[in-house]
Amino acid sequence: MSAQNLKQTPLNSVHRSLGGRMVEFGGWDMPVQYPAGTVEEHLRTRTVAGLFDVSHMGEIDVRGADAIPFVNRITSNDVTKLVDGQAQYSTLTTPEGTVVDDLLVYRFTEDRLLLVVNAGTTDKDWEWIRSHHEDERVELRNASAEYCQIALQGPEAIPILQKLTETPLEEIKYYHFSEGEVEGVPAIISRTGYTGEDGFEVYAAPDKAEQLWNKILNAGGYGKPEGVLPCGLAARNTLRLEAGMALYGHEITEETTLLEANLGWICKLNKGDFIGRERLAQQKEEGVKRKLVGFEMTERGIARDDQDVLVDGQKVGRVTSGSPAPFLKKNIGMAYVPVEHTGEGQDIQIDVRGRAIGAKIVKTPFYKRQRQ
Amino acid sequence: MANIPDDLHYSKDHEWLRVEGDTGVIGITDYAQNSLGDVVYVELPKAGEPFGAHESFGTVESVKAVSEIFTPVSGEVVEVNDALSDEPEKVNNDPYGEGWMVRMRLSNPGEVDSLLTAAEYEDFTKSEGE
Repeated sequence: MSAQNLKQTPLNSVHRSLGGRMVEFGGWDMPVQYPAGTVEEHLRTRTVAGLFDVSHMGEIDVRGADAIPFVNRITSNDVTKLVDGQAQYSTLTTPEGTVVDDLLVYRFTEDRLLLVVNAGTTDKDWEWIRSHHEDERVELRNASAEYCQIALQGPEAIPILQKLTETPLEEIKYYHFSEGEVEGVPAIISRTGYTGEDGFEVYAAPDKAEQLWNKILNAGGYGKPEGVLPCGLAARNTLRLEAGMALYGHEITEETTLLEANLGWICKLNKGDFIGRERLAQQKEEGVKRKLVGFEMTERGIARDDQDVLVDGQKVGRVTSGSPAPFLKKNIGMAYVPVEHTGEGQDIQIDVRGRAIGAKIVKTPFYKRQRQ
Repeated sequence: MANIPDDLHYSKDHEWLRVEGDTGVIGITDYAQNSLGDVVYVELPKAGEPFGAHESFGTVESVKAVSEIFTPVSGEVVEVNDALSDEPEKVNNDPYGEGWMVRMRLSNPGEVDSLLTAAEYEDFTKSEGE
């Protein structure tokens, strides 16, 4: 594999010096795991804290008098409900009600929004957003190169990060953010994440990435038995899967609608028109034919992405993500199956390389943290 | 640096073979377990099953990936390391010891000569890592 054509985050050399195993992901050269290993990284994030380089994510800056109406027209959640300093989970939708990408919409002011999108889809999203701009008074900028993004996730995220900032972190509500400084570095501190834990995503200038990363590792006691660990993409994936969160390209794609993906909660059909609204309203009326479900294996075996789901030996669906769940110590997955087979406790089988292995449908999220 | 004991034979699929009389013990190398990451599941054949050389005889799964494991030489499985079904992490912790996978009765001991020596295997892993 050639790393030469891959994009690098500002932390690339840091990952290498920490012993990160680098892999290609969405056109980026990223650490899949560090020497502690995926299981330990996963568990440490659940019990202490994990640090993730997510600088590969894309940022699209939207400014102007019509920033809110414009973004409201191209996304599924209701942007008018946001207040300054608040973020929301949403999707860019196609006219068919399927998903161009999932994203976070940050509202700084009523004429300034920031869209944070997936790494592998940043260019596609940027083209999509530009081509769907009509007469709204907005200025669009692909600001992806202007930010590094570092996520600190886990029950100790607040005490660790609080050592480095005067911003009162407890006061930032979930899915809100504050502009402040971390170790003197101007930063957006967002109480969001992709692990099912409490924590923050910190955005700053890319040339400050290394400084921020190292300061957070130190503040978190990296190297000590109960210290923070840097975590790779593999742990990020198992953490989000346990938390029942969708991954673009797996649970949500341009072939799956929001309603099929159980994302009705970010599909605000009454907010006014948006791309895909008509089809989604129609689908809601008629009911979906298949749905995304969670399952756990009831027999020995690990389901993997793209394997077939069987009911009574017949193929009925497909696994979108399948993996061991290190914290739950189960083998779990998500899959699309026809609605008649989506009942909790429904027995299914997964075709694991030619063998039908038993599984059953369970509620998601698989893992839910204890809130204090 | 990966541990590559001198007294073993190696395949380009990253298995090792320790010859003991007319049998051979097989496992995956330190380099292989390190590349895989945390091993969470090992699927092995049953005693009595015959295999040709370089045939898939099972799978090793890490959190992230599934890898097939291949026989370095031909033979019949005479013993299986059942402990790995409950403690697959032994493959990571002790790949040449408690992480062994199967013992085979060698059907053609001459095949052992076609395997790599420790020095050759070390060169092979270096060229692969580049």
